Amino acid sequence: MEQTVEFAPATGVLSSIWLLVAIPLASAAVLLLLGRRADKWGHWLGVLSVAASFVLGLVFFANLAGLDAERRSAELNLWDFIVVGGLHVDFGLLFDPLSGVFVLLITGVGSLIHLYAVGYMEHDPGRRKFFAYFNLFVSAMLLLVLGNNYVMLYFGWEGVGLASYLLISFWYTRPSAATAGKKAFLMNRVGDAGLAIGIFLMFTELGSTQYDDVFNGAPTLAAGTVLIMGILLLLGACGKSGQFPLQAWLPDAMEGPTPVSALIHAATMVTAGVYLIARSNPIFSANTTLQLIVVSVGALTLLIGCVIGSAKDDIKRILAWSTVSQIGYMFLGVGLGGGAYALAIIHLLAHGFFKANMFLGAGSVMHGMHDQVDIRRFGGLSKHMKITWITFATGWLAIIGIPPLSGYFSKEPIIAAAFEREVAWEAWVFGLAALIGAGLTAFYMTRLFVLTFHGPARWTDDIKHPHESPPLMTIPLILLAAGSIGAGYLMSTSVADWLTPVFGEEQAEAAHGVLSHTVITILSLLVTVLGAGLAWSLFRKGTATEPQPAGVLVTAARRNLYTDSFNEAVFERPGIYLTRALVYLDNKGIDGVVNGLAAGIGGGSARLRRLQTGFVRSYALSMLSGALLVVGAFIAIQLGWLA
Amino acid sequence: MGELQLPEINYGALLPMLILFGAACAGVLVEVLVPQKIRNSVQLVLSLTAVVAALAAVVVQRDTRITTIGGAVAIDGPSLFLQGAILVLGAVSLLLIGERTIEKGGAFVAQAAITVGSQKDLRQAGGAPGATEVYPLTSFALGGMMLFVAANDLLTMFVALEVFSLPLYLLCALARRRRLLSQEAALKYFLLGSYASAFFLFGVAFIYGFAGGIQLEAVQAAVANPQRSQVLLYAGFALISIGLLFKAALAPFHVWTPDVYQGAPTPITAFMAACTKVAAFGALLRILYVAFAGVQWDFQPVLGTIAVLTMFVGAILAVTQTDLKRLLAYSSIANAGYLLVGVLAMNEAGLSSTLFYLVAYGFSVLAAFAIISLVRDADGEATHLSRWAGIGRKSPLLAATFTFVLLAFAGIPLTSGFMSKFAVFGAAIEGGQTWLVIFGVISSMLLAFPYLRVVVLMWLSEPGETTPAVSIPGFLTATALGLGVIATVALGVAPAPLLELTEQAGQFVR
Repeated sequence: MEQTVEFAPATGVLSSIWLLVAIPLASAAVLLLLGRRADKWGHWLGVLSVAASFVLGLVFFANLAGLDAERRSAELNLWDFIVVGGLHVDFGLLFDPLSGVFVLLITGVGSLIHLYAVGYMEHDPGRRKFFAYFNLFVSAMLLLVLGNNYVMLYFGWEGVGLASYLLISFWYTRPSAATAGKKAFLMNRVGDAGLAIGIFLMFTELGSTQYDDVFNGAPTLAAGTVLIMGILLLLGACGKSGQFPLQAWLPDAMEGPTPVSALIHAATMVTAGVYLIARSNPIFSANTTLQLIVVSVGALTLLIGCVIGSAKDDIKRILAWSTVSQIGYMFLGVGLGGGAYALAIIHLLAHGFFKANMFLGAGSVMHGMHDQVDIRRFGGLSKHMKITWITFATGWLAIIGIPPLSGYFSKEPIIAAAFEREVAWEAWVFGLAALIGAGLTAFYMTRLFVLTFHGPARWTDDIKHPHESPPLMTIPLILLAAGSIGAGYLMSTSVADWLTPVFGEEQAEAAHGVLSHTVITILSLLVTVLGAGLAWSLFRKGTATEPQPAGVLVTAARRNLYTDSFNEAVFERPGIYLTRALVYLDNKGIDGVVNGLAAGIGGGSARLRRLQTGFVRSYALSMLSGALLVVGAFIAIQLGWLA
Repeated sequence: MGELQLPEINYGALLPMLILFGAACAGVLVEVLVPQKIRNSVQLVLSLTAVVAALAAVVVQRDTRITTIGGAVAIDGPSLFLQGAILVLGAVSLLLIGERTIEKGGAFVAQAAITVGSQKDLRQAGGAPGATEVYPLTSFALGGMMLFVAANDLLTMFVALEVFSLPLYLLCALARRRRLLSQEAALKYFLLGSYASAFFLFGVAFIYGFAGGIQLEAVQAAVANPQRSQVLLYAGFALISIGLLFKAALAPFHVWTPDVYQGAPTPITAFMAACTKVAAFGALLRILYVAFAGVQWDFQPVLGTIAVLTMFVGAILAVTQTDLKRLLAYSSIANAGYLLVGVLAMNEAGLSSTLFYLVAYGFSVLAAFAIISLVRDADGEATHLSRWAGIGRKSPLLAATFTFVLLAFAGIPLTSGFMSKFAVFGAAIEGGQTWLVIFGVISSMLLAFPYLRVVVLMWLSEPGETTPAVSIPGFLTATALGLGVIATVALGVAPAPLLELTEQAGQFVR
């Protein structure tokens, strides 16, 4: 055993961390319970509650920073949650450096997006309900990152899932939105089942689901057990974070309102999988096979996301596939282990800013373009929507990794770390995958940016003068843009040290990568410029407004690399056949037996009933026969016949 | 011949029974002396007062553990508990019997002796006040039941059996409506009851031959150390138990139950279902636990078979019943089977769980029959199932209450039915009678069907044009119904106090 995981109890100001979860939850309850009476002011309550949580988060964060690095954590047990036999689960919270940065991300970016949504949802009759669900989400997400055991995490995990389904299907009268909600639900079920079984396994193997018990116990377990436990947790993480093979729901989730896409399906909830793996780092670090699996999932997913993103025309879907791809980078990071855990978290935070920024920018574009989402129908918007254009540009430059914007500081180290894997072929495979991904990212994001804001206008006929969005929407954009620019440098210098208590000391040894760090930096900048330049030259003059015939690869990418078809053929159809077979079996077999039994009893009853003739003489006869039998039985016993 | 030794009599211990018998005799005098106008109220107050006073006397001497009148009567924990239970359930039954507002003149006929269908009969059908003899008859029956559960020798037990049976036969014949059915039921009950009494008496003779005495201690001693042929013992035991099984309505001695329950006036059906059951099982407990406990390994299989048979006959036959009173009759037969399972545990838990079951079931069944008395049409109570279709739409409160009571019969948790079944099955497993519990659970699954069928019928069927109106219950019925339902809830949610009481009742004195 390397070191013992121990959390300090919460003291002083930190003993009120429960307020973080309680405030948005109370607000959600008020909004839902008051109903229409809260329509006029409900959205402001929603914004205020998240902002309050943010301010509290800052206070707690400052307090946490004031503690010794050794004891930089605050564990708070509120009450016994589940006590059954040997299972004891506390309703307990843990505020440590890792959950601290998540709290700030969730409440900080969350406040901005809430503010933006006040403007975005202004004309929607369901705005109050929207904010209720939104607050519910924030509360559940905070519970997820603040729980001090896996059951609390699961509680929050299902809570964010619930909010996510509610919000994806927020416009439930649209069949596509309803279907997307269902799809998200079903695919998440697969992952959630994995997570749940993983937690059961922890309980059977270690007798506890508390983080400290599990982490201290994990190194003592057999390698196979750790592997299975890790794979189950990974399955849960893949479901929530839209990673291969459970990625298909995330792009469809864009059917929800754009603030939802920005907050839940870009900045926070979909990164819960990364949080889960980062939080469970003692489990994942204990088994190299497990790490290899995580790295493979990350690398594969980031390429899938890039390739499909390059072929899509729907601005939100491109961003969604981009999210899938960027979370792939994060998985790559947490899979690499060691110092790369912190890199993944840094990328997660930076991504939270620039992706939220771009989603809200996309929302602003849609707001001005009558909810058009097809980038082939945009073009030349830079002249009409200056603020959106500039802020979007910062997000674009950040994600493709142009220094000194945040993406450069967060993504490039992950690529470098991938090249540093000890086994040479792994270093080449994963390093190159990350590098190619960077080039493709530059390509599809530039395509998106150019087709939207530059080149000739290809608008539909009903649009004459696209307008800039109101200040309520542009102010969050400007703040997020500032974050996209500044956050990267800031975090790359401080967050890694800050997270040391959670992930352990980084090995100080010099990197023995297959390529030197300088070469990697030059290469990654090169592929970025190449990808961006290619896209710029291809799409500078606009593009056709109708789908064009395309080669095999582009067709495949347009159809999500046939993953949906695969799911349909391998899971859906056999599933439907299986249900049909079971229904048949149920109808004919089980119901047959049950109904037959019932009919038998009914028939027996009808026959027995005839014995009840109503004649005293037959009653007396039956009593006499009964008496003879009873007396006979006793005599038989006495004579030893029945003994 | 020596001087006749007068037995010592502890009047204090006998006081509850003396009060009731005294009140019954006074009731007979009231019939003669009090003008008809106020006779009903006077009788009702008299009998209720007597019951309450007797109950108070039972409570006062709750710690008495003696035998008296030369060992003929045992006043011990179980008999005091059973007497208390009979009195409480009897008081509630008296409320139902006293009801006079739902139907003009009450549920009882004015003069039962008038030929049915004659001119005179038509005149009295128009609402002549019902016979008030029912009150003294009920008091006699209650007193007999109390003596029955306390009887400590076989002849006293037989006398008590007759004392409470004869008034019941009469009461069965007194229905105001459907008089022929009522009289037929009474006659059947009387004939078969006498038949069963003969078995009982014959059994007593055998046992006397075997033990040389009729006191339960003497029998117990002889069983432990037999001097004469065991054939006498087993034949006698079999015949005595047949007499008791008949009263408790156990198969195959249950055949009278559906006809009598259907034909008797509903308050009397309720009275029999609640109090007679307590009395019969009280005596059965004493016989089995005191006199014949020594041969329990021999009688457990035989009586166990009877319990299984009873549970299944009750459950299966309930499935096809179309009359609510008959349905409840079969339900009460099945419940007698569950009670016998508790009795056959032959341990302390068996005793206490059976006592609990008797009280819990008594309250539920009183509530059920109280509800039945409320659903009426021009011909009196509408007990055919088809008439109850859709009644939930017209009278949701009544249907909800009845649904609750049926769920209690079905043994759904949070009702007394669940707790009592749980208690007797638990006791039986503790007593090594797991096979009885398996059959018990299977039969209660079957038995849930007829109950749920009624629930479905009440709520999910369209009300027909002929769905009868529901009468507003008078004060007395409302009180009885309320008590029954409250007890069913309370014993399901918080059974602990009564369970403790049954455990404190402890052992029989020997």
